[in-house]
Amino acid sequence: MHYIFKACVSASALLLGAVTSASAWEPTKPVELIVAAGPGGASDQMARMMQAAIQKNNLMKQPIVVSLKGGASGAEALMYMKGSDGDAHKVLVAYSLIYMLPLSAKLPFNWRDLTPVSILALDQFALWTNAGQPHKTVKDLVDAAKASSVPLKMGGTGSKREDHILTVFMEKKTGAKFSYLPYKSGGEAATQLVGNHIASNVNNPSENLEVWRAGQVRPLCVFDKERIAYKTKVAGDLSWNDVPTCKEQGLDIQYLMLRAMFLPGKVKPEETAFYADLFKRVSETAEFKDYLERQALKPIFLAGAEMRKFLEEDDALNKALMTEAGFVAK
Amino acid sequence: MEAFSLLLHGFSVLLTWKTLVLMMVGLLLGVFVGVLPGLGGPNGVAILLPLTFTMDPTSAIVMLSCIYWGSLFGGAITSILFNIPGEAWSVATTFDGYPMAQQGKAAEALTAAFTSSFIGSLFAVMLITFLAPSIASFALKFGPPEFFAVYLLTFCSFVGLGREDKHKTIISMVLGLLLAGVGMDTVSGSLRMTFGFEDLLRGISFLVAVIGLFGISEILLTMEERLALRGHAARISLRVVWNVWKELPRYWATLLRSSMIGTWLGVTPGGAIAASFMGYNLAKRFSNDKESFGKGRIEGVFAPETAAHASGTAALLPMLALGIPGSGTAAILLGGLMVWGLNPGPLLFVEHKDFVWGLIASMYLGNVVGLFIVLSTVPIFAAILRVPFAAIAPMIVVSCAIGAYAIQNAMFDLWLMVLFGVVGYVFKKVGIPLAPFALALVLGNRAEDAFRLSMIGGQGDLGVFWSNGLVGTITTLAIVLLFWPLIEKVWTQATRRLSSAKA
Repeated sequence: MHYIFKACVSASALLLGAVTSASAWEPTKPVELIVAAGPGGASDQMARMMQAAIQKNNLMKQPIVVSLKGGASGAEALMYMKGSDGDAHKVLVAYSLIYMLPLSAKLPFNWRDLTPVSILALDQFALWTNAGQPHKTVKDLVDAAKASSVPLKMGGTGSKREDHILTVFMEKKTGAKFSYLPYKSGGEAATQLVGNHIASNVNNPSENLEVWRAGQVRPLCVFDKERIAYKTKVAGDLSWNDVPTCKEQGLDIQYLMLRAMFLPGKVKPEETAFYADLFKRVSETAEFKDYLERQALKPIFLAGAEMRKFLEEDDALNKALMTEAGFVAK
Repeated sequence: MEAFSLLLHGFSVLLTWKTLVLMMVGLLLGVFVGVLPGLGGPNGVAILLPLTFTMDPTSAIVMLSCIYWGSLFGGAITSILFNIPGEAWSVATTFDGYPMAQQGKAAEALTAAFTSSFIGSLFAVMLITFLAPSIASFALKFGPPEFFAVYLLTFCSFVGLGREDKHKTIISMVLGLLLAGVGMDTVSGSLRMTFGFEDLLRGISFLVAVIGLFGISEILLTMEERLALRGHAARISLRVVWNVWKELPRYWATLLRSSMIGTWLGVTPGGAIAASFMGYNLAKRFSNDKESFGKGRIEGVFAPETAAHASGTAALLPMLALGIPGSGTAAILLGGLMVWGLNPGPLLFVEHKDFVWGLIASMYLGNVVGLFIVLSTVPIFAAILRVPFAAIAPMIVVSCAIGAYAIQNAMFDLWLMVLFGVVGYVFKKVGIPLAPFALALVLGNRAEDAFRLSMIGGQGDLGVFWSNGLVGTITTLAIVLLFWPLIEKVWTQATRRLSSAKA
């Protein structure tokens, strides 16, 4: 009888302990935000903004540090996450790389081995030319490309990735030829466009924003089915909303890139829950909203089953694009 | 004179007790992180960045840029004392700085390094102040062929102007280029030479290699030879500082040349490293006494340090004006700017005058204050050499290991460091120079990318390297430097024949 009583007490104590920790798991040491890209790029900016938003609004007791693991075009970060099973103090700032790199570089990585936490935004792509060039519409650029004896130069970030795919599909849809120059970052592609070393690029809005505001580049179209919603004047008397979609311009290509947060695999549900809640609260801060508008990101917040469904569909779409472009390594 | 009044305005923004205190704290922290090999500027700034989130942008950037200045100053310390370059651009400082320390002139070498750093920075800051817009637009002229031409120039100047055996220089350089290729090939987007090892994905870290090649191998050699650092107790007094300063006017040509090379290369990414080597090689080229270089000549410290700091400072300009960082640390600062809601780009100079001119003013102040701070640390650092080798060697090994580990938090890098230590030891034994290896490892990837992008853009025609005046001049200069020893020989023979014919 005595023993039974004791066993009951310890069992309930265990249970109680489990319950309290489940409802209130919190990081016990500094949390690392892993960036799968170089310093100053869009992922790095997002990580720094989140770090600042969390710190300024006291959303978490433990400090948060940004750790850049952009080696091997971001493969370093992916493998680092893969090797950190069960460590809930590491969060990956992910983007379309998670689908593409395993295909193009035969990297032994699958995003399903990680734990998806939430999708915070979708990033746009636009087609840009130098403001000093005569091309004012997609048709102008395509005609110039067709008329040119050597292919026009298109700049982008990395090889066999988003920018390269968009270029290949532009070639397929229009019949014009471009030679694609893979730069190390979107910032570099922007500068090279301003310096007239390339004829066009397919940068994210944030990567070309500053040179657009300075009147050095011109957006021709946005690769989405609808225009960007932001109507605040950004460059001169133009807003993001004034930029036509590529479809309006007769170029039917759409592509959006996810910006999402992942934990390593095999973490406990209460740990995932903590971060899902944390990022939800981050997405409600003034800093985050300001960031979305400044970078012309498409707002979206998905977590749990909805997020998984989105990721599966997005993965299938990216795989199809990569296969059609011939970028899947044999 | 608009720049001048704006600069004065910048000083007025800056001259508050709070900013001055932040400046001192930043400089001291910077020297500290600069001294640890591997930790260096980028990591130091990255670690301390969150501290500044709650500050106003001007105070924050002043503190961070002072950490940057501090680490630039600090990088030279270990190069001179232990032959371990604290930063990539300190490699050239070891050539003459370390021999000086071995001859008991550590204090002179440190003073020379700090002073010439100061001069280089000051030169670059003055150019930024008055010529910012035109320098920024100069940076825009650089496409892939131009970048490749600059890297080619650096490689060629090494082969053509180096004092070592040409064959050995080329062997060393080729090995470096080979290792630079490990990891992701960004042009094709696939992995190469990783042999299935995940640790090789990110490539071979330059700093890890340098810590091993220079630092660990030096310890091995010293152990073998006589278990004693060859440094002698250095006499330190204000007189040392004064004596070095007295030397300065004699080397005005070297200082000016290095400052100009540094500023020019600073606006192109990765330029600081190329600048320090080129500054050194050209100083040697133009010197009347080429033989004494590499044996502890003070000019051999002035030249690379001036160039490295001029370019380290100038590297901030493309970051501010174009949003492209000229160096690793500048890239982290760029991340900081965005957190504070400032977007680096052509409009930053127009829309955030307080910030930009506060920053430029802080470059002046930070460098002046920094010079005095680091000079006052010279006795402390020079005294390290008086500690017995048995006590100091383990400390050096530990600080090397911490530095190598801190770069990526990877155990693999420690093994790599040890491996490179052995490689460095063997190289030194068989007389293969280490510097070309280090240079090729750090610039190899960029040079390769630039070359392949040029080829894609130019439809495979080598003519792109002569397609305009800028790139043509640099490429031709590179080839002239490569064959310089031959040209020089032919030239002297021709003139001799000519003069004998006349006689």
